[in-house]
Amino acid sequence: MNHYDTIIIGGGPAGLTAGIYLSRAKLKTLVLNQGAIGGQMVLTHEIANYPGVENISGYQLANIMKNQAKSFGTKIKSLGKITELDLASPIKKVSIDHSETYTADSIIIATGGRSRTLGVVGEDVFKGRGISYCATCDGDFFTDKEIIVVGGGNSALEEAVSLTKYASKVTIVHQFDHFQAFEHAIQEATEHPKIDFVMESTISGFYGDEKLGSVDILNLKTQQTERKNIDGVFIFIGYVPNTEFLEGKLNRNQWGEIEVNTHMGTALAGVYAAGDCIVKKYRQVSTAVGDGTLAALSISSYLNDLKSKN
Amino acid sequence: MLYTDLNHIETAADHQKVVSQNENVMVICGRMGPMCIPVYGIAEELSEEYKHVAFYDMEFDSPEAFVIRNIPEVQGFMGIPFTIYYKNGKVVKATSSIQNRQQVTAILDEHFAQ
Repeated sequence: MNHYDTIIIGGGPAGLTAGIYLSRAKLKTLVLNQGAIGGQMVLTHEIANYPGVENISGYQLANIMKNQAKSFGTKIKSLGKITELDLASPIKKVSIDHSETYTADSIIIATGGRSRTLGVVGEDVFKGRGISYCATCDGDFFTDKEIIVVGGGNSALEEAVSLTKYASKVTIVHQFDHFQAFEHAIQEATEHPKIDFVMESTISGFYGDEKLGSVDILNLKTQQTERKNIDGVFIFIGYVPNTEFLEGKLNRNQWGEIEVNTHMGTALAGVYAAGDCIVKKYRQVSTAVGDGTLAALSISSYLNDLKSKN
Repeated sequence: MLYTDLNHIETAADHQKVVSQNENVMVICGRMGPMCIPVYGIAEELSEEYKHVAFYDMEFDSPEAFVIRNIPEVQGFMGIPFTIYYKNGKVVKATSSIQNRQQVTAILDEHFAQ
């Protein structure tokens, strides 16, 4: 039997919280998850501001949430590629890899987000061979080497400063003529003797043999390109919601974030969304947990109404 | 200390034993960081599905991890985890940095097909 009261797509803090609440309410609940359970939470080395827990790694917190959801009866399955998705019908349908199909009376989209990539030539080829998205992971490979940091937000500027511990020189390449970071982060980066800036520019290509050797820097104002020899590039240009698979099926804003009401309901009956994939300003584990709670309680009420009508 | 649900390789001797005693082996050599944890998670999930593959991890910063860091296939690598696939004791594939589930299963299916 592949029919559930609720299918939750995504196993981050929002999805797992919804799983806990729904299973505890004795609703048959399935979480379809891709990658590591816990979503972006597992990427956080230390969480010190999650209420009730003084200090914990994101990985540990994710495992606790997963076990809590399973203990109440939530089924968790690894998600392949979604090949069919029906959100509009009263019975929702999700097919995976053209092989397994699951149906449910309601659904929660809690697919979170991921690091944005530049999407230019050579980026996939040199990932892990000179291109990195994590300073604390890979910084020591670039000791005494010259590197570029792409981005102009808090992450980019703070990580650029932290990378000066290793690199001989750091050049920040940013698409605008100003930064979107806190003043203290801007000040620390601009006053650092090892950091240079190339503004209103972006990287348009990565080149090398076994590892990265050079990049093309495109000046967005003049449209002129300059080839620069470089040992490494760190990319910190924000996040994108994992909602591409909803194209044409659910209302999303210009950034791909799902539009929901205050109860996490979408424009479609029985379809809810929660966590980092929805329109909102602040993205924290605690706000995702709150979203997941609201979505689960709203679904409980929705399913009760459905039963009383039938 | 890698606190994953995978089996851990702690010494060079462990590594030699694992690689020589199993036909198909995947070793993820990394830290508890954002590029490595998703790969451990994928391996944990796949270990139920790919029973004919032995899944292990190893701490990148352990001195004993020279058995991974010194192999020729990783010499251009500049991003963790270093993930090594062994068949009958020989390296058949190595990847650097984060990988998604599809990338990992493509390698498992190509090199460790039953």
